[in-house]
Amino acid sequence: MGSSPPLLQLGPIGITATVVTTWAVMLLLSLAAWSITRQPRVESPGLFQSAAEGVVLTIRKAIDDVVQDRSAQLLPFVGTLWLFIAVANLAGVVPGVQSPTGDLSATSALALIVFLSVHWFGIRTDGLRGYMRHYLSPSPILLPFHLISELTRTVALAMRLFGNIMSLEMAALLVLLVAGFLVPVPLLMLHIVEALVQAYIFGMLALVYIGGALQVREPHVESQKGDNAS
Amino acid sequence: MNISWIVLASTVVAALAIALGTVLPALAMGKAIAQALDSLARQPEAERSITRTLFIGLAMIESLAIYTLVIVLIILFRNPLLEYVLK
Repeated sequence: MGSSPPLLQLGPIGITATVVTTWAVMLLLSLAAWSITRQPRVESPGLFQSAAEGVVLTIRKAIDDVVQDRSAQLLPFVGTLWLFIAVANLAGVVPGVQSPTGDLSATSALALIVFLSVHWFGIRTDGLRGYMRHYLSPSPILLPFHLISELTRTVALAMRLFGNIMSLEMAALLVLLVAGFLVPVPLLMLHIVEALVQAYIFGMLALVYIGGALQVREPHVESQKGDNAS
Repeated sequence: MNISWIVLASTVVAALAIALGTVLPALAMGKAIAQALDSLARQPEAERSITRTLFIGLAMIESLAIYTLVIVLIILFRNPLLEYVLK
């Protein structure tokens, strides 16, 4: 279920289709980023440069909505997550290619990166003592619950992406088996929507977890006060 | 004989589990969306934060349905109890 048999064996490590697709997506994104930012122009930017600027600005705005004025720190990580997962999910629409995110190993790796980076950003911002104190924050009795929630939310992050993408591919396959050629096209359209939504949710949850570690307040508290006064 | 009973039981249980496991999260999601629309009609200027919170909440609820799906797939395709019986 999910994981495929290895295509070729390198010593103890088997190279699966997931690894190949993941590296292809990475290569594609890196090449695109390199070729777009090679010669940026201020006046009369090209088509691709305008598109890339729009994407980056949208991502920065979305990050700013959750954690104010920290987007410079978080933009590289969360933006990469968003772009990579979106492209990796959409790769399943290409004929003959399986989404790497339909494999539990790939999504577990992504969730593990999020788990580690939550602590990394938290310790970098608050210092080790300040970060550790937030585990005891309302009262030390809640320490086990903090630890359990850290574990379960990482597992849930991996499971959610894996389950969604794998079930979509499996549903398309089942409809193809039952009904025949070209019938699963509506399901593939649903696949495109779901791929983008799942990428958004994964990145947004990672952002919320990191924001919780940064101990920043939610921005809408002040704006609501302003609304009440007016 | 023994095996066919297990196959029958696991099929019935899987169908029941996926039915319950989609109906209950669907009810919860409906409730959440109704509340979000309600507050959106009352305060349209808070649209961004409502949409973001709604999406995160829906993802949390949805993962419950996904857990059921994963368990059902394990029951149907990789049942660990079947190997135990076959031995």
